[in-house]
Amino acid sequence: MTRFLIPAAIFLALAGVLYVGVVHSPNKSTMQSALLGKAVPEFSLPVLANPGMTLSKAQLKGSPWVLNVWGTWCAACRDEHETLLGIARQNALPLVGLNWKDEDDAAIDWLRQLGNPYSVVAVDRDGRTAIEFGVYGAPETFFIDADSRVQYRHVGPMTPEVWEREFLSRIPRGVLP
Amino acid sequence: MIPELGHFALVLALLLAAAQAVFGLWGAQRRDPRWMSVVRPAVAGQFVLLSTAIGALVHAFVSFDFSVLYVASNSNSALPTFYRVAALWGAHEGSLLLWAWILAAWTLAVAIASRNLPESFASRVMGVLGFVSFGFLVFTVATSNPFERIFPVPADGRDLNPVLQDPALAIHPPLLYMGYVGMSVAFAFACAAMLEGKLDQTWARWTRPWTTMAWAFLGVGIALGSWWAYYELGWGGYWFWDPVENASFMPWLVATALIHSLAATEKRGVFKSWTLLLAILAFSLSLLGTFLVRSGVLTSVHSFAADPTRGLFILGFLIIVIGGALALYAWRAPLLKSPAGFEGTSREAFLLYNNIFLVVAAAMVLVGTLAPLIADALGATPLSVGSPYFDKLFPMLMLPLGALVAVGIHAAWKRGQLGNNRRRILTGFGVALLIGVVLVYGVYGAGKPLTPIGMVLGVWIIVSSLFDPIDRLRRRLTLPRAILGMTLAHIGLGVGIVAISTVESYSVERDAAIAPGETLALGRYGYRFDSIKEIEGPNYDGVRAEVTVLRDGEPVAVLQPEQRNYWVQRSTLTEAGIASRWNMDLFVALSKNVGGGRWSVRAQLRPLIDWVWLSAAFMALGAVLAVTDRRYRVRAAGREPAIEPAIGQGSAAEQT
Repeated sequence: MTRFLIPAAIFLALAGVLYVGVVHSPNKSTMQSALLGKAVPEFSLPVLANPGMTLSKAQLKGSPWVLNVWGTWCAACRDEHETLLGIARQNALPLVGLNWKDEDDAAIDWLRQLGNPYSVVAVDRDGRTAIEFGVYGAPETFFIDADSRVQYRHVGPMTPEVWEREFLSRIPRGVLP
Repeated sequence: MIPELGHFALVLALLLAAAQAVFGLWGAQRRDPRWMSVVRPAVAGQFVLLSTAIGALVHAFVSFDFSVLYVASNSNSALPTFYRVAALWGAHEGSLLLWAWILAAWTLAVAIASRNLPESFASRVMGVLGFVSFGFLVFTVATSNPFERIFPVPADGRDLNPVLQDPALAIHPPLLYMGYVGMSVAFAFACAAMLEGKLDQTWARWTRPWTTMAWAFLGVGIALGSWWAYYELGWGGYWFWDPVENASFMPWLVATALIHSLAATEKRGVFKSWTLLLAILAFSLSLLGTFLVRSGVLTSVHSFAADPTRGLFILGFLIIVIGGALALYAWRAPLLKSPAGFEGTSREAFLLYNNIFLVVAAAMVLVGTLAPLIADALGATPLSVGSPYFDKLFPMLMLPLGALVAVGIHAAWKRGQLGNNRRRILTGFGVALLIGVVLVYGVYGAGKPLTPIGMVLGVWIIVSSLFDPIDRLRRRLTLPRAILGMTLAHIGLGVGIVAISTVESYSVERDAAIAPGETLALGRYGYRFDSIKEIEGPNYDGVRAEVTVLRDGEPVAVLQPEQRNYWVQRSTLTEAGIASRWNMDLFVALSKNVGGGRWSVRAQLRPLIDWVWLSAAFMALGAVLAVTDRRYRVRAAGREPAIEPAIGQGSAAEQT
């Protein structure tokens, strides 16, 4: 009788190994950023509507900030725009826009008509920086800490709930104004 | 609308699978014919519904419906129609749907072919299959719905992974799944036998054709994948011991053991519990293969599907199905008695040795594949054993197995005395030794230490396989398809061993950077780089070189290797230029432009490489011949008495 239990015992040991494998798997979700916990990629991009100015990673170091990837061609970005304006009014975190594969004029028009929630908008016309961030589609929003490490990535339109739960909660105590 | 219809059909199929499992298993337990009569309609309905779901997804692909997330992620408006259909199984969600549909197709075949089986047994078989299907459909609907919509609708799709845009790879997954899923039939037969508490030789005869067919599909699927890796990955290798390859190879090894052990169970009533265990193992390894590939535990570095929710789900399913079957085994198998004894040199004994080697080989591949996980579980630094481990150990197991095959082919059932066949064995070995030595030292030149051994063994298996059929023809006996099939499959094995020994020992390759007009010398051959020009395909652009191969200065072939850049996914792929001769491949792959008009290329001569894949074709053809043998057809009609007495009398005449 006992020898017929051997296969089941071996299988249980194997299942244990597989369980450890799944739980230790580095990517916790398909939508989680490969950059999670890692440093933001280096970038230096022109600033929208400010010819000659550039924005780089180094300039943003020192306090937490939020990167929002958007484009005027993206319908879901229009959906989240109202939420972004609300977030901007809280003045809790600097909101940096990444205008992705877009026309400058269209982007300027958009902000003029709908209102501008961003502290600054960087222009990523060929989409290279977005690729380095691992952007899957617009809109996407990243929480980046004072040491320029990606702490959270949200795919899809921003909502007040997500902002409350995943972004505001990540601000270290004492930084909130 | 149509995607929603597909989704709806998928959910209905899930419910029918549940009905099939409950009424099939419980109905048989209650011996209630009304309950059992639900099973076959449920099977048919499930097949129709899953076909509808597949049709809906194909429709979405063909009609460029990018509002379906799966279509948007795996297709593009520039993708040719053939690949838009093949894109169905280009990623996780569609692969699962295909898996479920193939399972429904196998179950339907079982439902049709099992009309003459005892009702409670057939109903249990279909109940187990329904349970497996239920698990897969729950998984699909809950975690991997292929019909999920995306809003806003993207203007264009992200394109099918360019690696998959190739005819061989497009048909490789369905064939592999036919094999994987086919193992579920043998598994269901095993579970049903354990539930019935009865396992006789008739059971083995019902199970054999299903297992043999699944085994053939698996073999051809693996060979196609290997062939694809050879010409598409660009470096001329044909087997990399990659986890995904191993995942398909392990069930094949165990299934090979299973078809041999089933033969012994059918003919002699022996190895009953062992056969059951192998049937469970073969399907378990198929599921494990799906788990390893789909959960991304081993390939998490570059896998999109690395999703622990999915991984945990499949693991839970694995524990229920395999753990349940093994528990059932521990409970029921001790009750099975194998009446007949046998001698150490009988055919039964040789089949047992064959089984031991194959199962140990499968275990070795499993340990090597899971080494990183095992190390991780033990808290050690993750390590990957890679091909050195496999390259060293695998021949150590396969070469003795080859010798056992060459000798064992002659052994008779029960009281086989090898002495009676000494003449055949020695003649066969003599002929093989002669041919092998001539091949090694006369044609190719001394290779590696194992080369002559592999060569002689391969030829020996071929020669040994031929004795019995030739003998039958000389004595004007019939040559049943079962024997012809077995012979062909064994010849395939011999051919494969000879081919692998040759490729591994006598391939020559050279990497160099050359400019148009220059020639790269490779033994008696020269690869002359004639020209290079830009090309444009439906969804890619790239360059194509023209390389003339010269033998002793005479042109013998023109090769056109390509380097393609796929637009949407921005990846570069190599299409090797290959001219296949009966005895070797002339191979050239184009790598990168190193500047100054020079291109880095890899040129190879690979003797007998095509025979590595042809050996799989031999085996598959043998399998088809064997399952179409009269004995299955006649008995399927239910006219034959249950079991014929199997008396092995010294001759090999009663081979299977």
